[in-house]
Amino acid sequence: MRFAAAITEPTRTPDARAEIKSPTRRRTLKHMLAAAALLTTTALTGIGFGAAPAHAEDEIRIGVIYPLTGAAASTGVELKAAAELAAAIVNKEIPAPPGLVAGIGLPNLKGAKIKLIFGDHQGNPQVGATEAERLITSEKVVALTGAYFSNVTATASQVAERYGVPFLNGESSSASLTQRKFKWFFRTTPHDDLFVGNFFTFLGDMEKKTGDKLRNIALFNENTLWGNETTKLQVKLSEEQKFTIAEKILYPAKTTQMTSEVQRIKASAPAVIMQSSYLGDAILSMKTYKELGFLPKMLLANDAGFNDSEFLKTMGKDGEFVISREVWALDQAERNPLIKQVNDLMQKRSGVNFNGNSARAFTGIAVLADALDRAGSTKPDAIREALQKTDIPASGLIMPWKGVKFDASGQNELGTGIIVQVQGGQYVTVWPFDVATKPVVYPMPAWDGR
Amino acid sequence: MTADILIQVLVSGLLIGLIYALVAVGLTLIFGVMDIVNFAHGEFLMLGMYASFWAFAIFAIDPIVALPLTALLLFAVGVIVYQTVIRRILKAPMLSQIFATFGLMILLRGLAQFFWKPDHRLIPHSLVSGNIALGSVQFGLPQFVAALGAVGVTGALWMFLHRTRLGTALEATAIDREAATLMGIDGQKMFALAWGIGAACAGLAGGLIATFFPIFPEVGSNFILIAFVVVVLGGFGSVTGAFLAGIIVGLIEVLGGFLIGPEYKTAIVLSLLLIVLLVRPRGLLGKA
Repeated sequence: MRFAAAITEPTRTPDARAEIKSPTRRRTLKHMLAAAALLTTTALTGIGFGAAPAHAEDEIRIGVIYPLTGAAASTGVELKAAAELAAAIVNKEIPAPPGLVAGIGLPNLKGAKIKLIFGDHQGNPQVGATEAERLITSEKVVALTGAYFSNVTATASQVAERYGVPFLNGESSSASLTQRKFKWFFRTTPHDDLFVGNFFTFLGDMEKKTGDKLRNIALFNENTLWGNETTKLQVKLSEEQKFTIAEKILYPAKTTQMTSEVQRIKASAPAVIMQSSYLGDAILSMKTYKELGFLPKMLLANDAGFNDSEFLKTMGKDGEFVISREVWALDQAERNPLIKQVNDLMQKRSGVNFNGNSARAFTGIAVLADALDRAGSTKPDAIREALQKTDIPASGLIMPWKGVKFDASGQNELGTGIIVQVQGGQYVTVWPFDVATKPVVYPMPAWDGR
Repeated sequence: MTADILIQVLVSGLLIGLIYALVAVGLTLIFGVMDIVNFAHGEFLMLGMYASFWAFAIFAIDPIVALPLTALLLFAVGVIVYQTVIRRILKAPMLSQIFATFGLMILLRGLAQFFWKPDHRLIPHSLVSGNIALGSVQFGLPQFVAALGAVGVTGALWMFLHRTRLGTALEATAIDREAATLMGIDGQKMFALAWGIGAACAGLAGGLIATFFPIFPEVGSNFILIAFVVVVLGGFGSVTGAFLAGIIVGLIEVLGGFLIGPEYKTAIVLSLLLIVLLVRPRGLLGKA
């Protein structure tokens, strides 16, 4: 029965018809394998097919897919803890700080409680899809959330789309996820394109603030897919927003010296450098800037190597004043008391602070609970409609966003990234100005003036 | 482009070129004496860097001060590698020799990753830090000291090979192993010595660049490719050739990267390798 269902499933929906056009034999085989894997997992969890357990009316089951084993297990465990904290707050098991969106519980569902059913995708897109299927068909979840890895979110949400179950993604940032014209997919976190775009908005804001011209930029990106995609987007945005590209360099990340690169940038005398580097080359480039006594007015780093916990540890004082992008920072607690209160709850429960990933996972569950309550029902259509009408103000969130409101593609249009600067050995929020905890140190002090 | 920038680029190229030379002389020495290509040479450099790092992290000894220790340690590593691995494959087919040193490379990398984690490390404050400015030309003191050290070590090696009895014996073994043996030179000892000195040179290079280059288990792979280009350009087995070729490769890489584009710098260096192999396969100063 199950085999047959898995094989014929794709022909039912228009979305899957596209798949059928491609060579079908391998796909059929894949589906059979997926079904076999499904059989195994289900057998292991000891739940029979025919007899999906009956659930009490007041228990609303939500499927949560994270990497709970495998290479990213440590992150997965943090994400799980954050989701559980959110559920505990919704269920009023622990008192919520006033104003928090999850804090009101589910009054429209007569105080029903949500129950998180976890799935483990092990960092594997195939397993992610299988887990999504298991959660929907045998665990009877009313909505899904997860899955942290963009590629797993892609496959798991495809399953949800096929079954017509809402999928709310809180922490995957690949831009393409919301470009798929899915009906059932919603994403609260901002995506990669927005983060790159933010740098240009930030530069505009800095121009207004300082009166300096910051239109002359150098693009300095490593030459794998990530650096190339970033460069393309930066070139496009520069053209649109009238920035001049003084120098554009795609460098090999594995290198013994970066003097030719830095020398070229130095010769082009840009006001700002936008740099995408992994850890090793981030360190080497900083060393080379110092060796050649060069710094722009601002060095805007595209996360990655510059935000690695090793970066500041190894660079020490030489890493000061680098500006980078982030999704969240703990210093936001100074500005938004909710962040401190919820972080304290997290500390008490799991002994760790929130970080960008777990804060977004927490927010995902909170937003889903808010929609469930407004839907007043556990019917997929009602939940989807409620999600579309979501309008949560910034004051109800622990994120540095302007709120949560989904556009037609399911992307939260009020999400923003923040920009942090290394000051005194810490990443502090410096932009958007209204959520900043410290002013930007501008221009970057010269090496010999420190 | 102004003259200032050109001079600056040339200085940067010269400084890194001297480091390449030091890495390559060890490689070329081993090859010259016993016709074995040591693929694990980059890993000797890595071990040298870690030796400096741990000397600093545990005993607070500056990498520059620790140089003699690093050299001694790597000399021992070279001799041990010779005695345990290389000695057994001296008469083996060339492919076996290649795979033996290649396997050694993977083993050393794996061990480093296992024991010291794949993290990037850095020596935060060395005795040598800061910049030197000569007019508009700037360069880092660590890089300058490293280049100076490279010149010193290569010079000392040259003196050893040409001005001492032991060095001459080593040279003699390189030129004709059997004749040298007939003259009473112990070939096995000479081979072990070549491995010891070769590894020590790589270790010294590692210690010298540890003041400014991130230290991680895979760091050798960044340098080994260039070292091969240098050895080929200089002529297999020629220490003087490797020294000159190191400088040339450094200059071409930095200057070419600056003028044509950094994305092509590796391509520029590797096309140099191809051209040398096609036009003058024995390199600048290699044996015909």
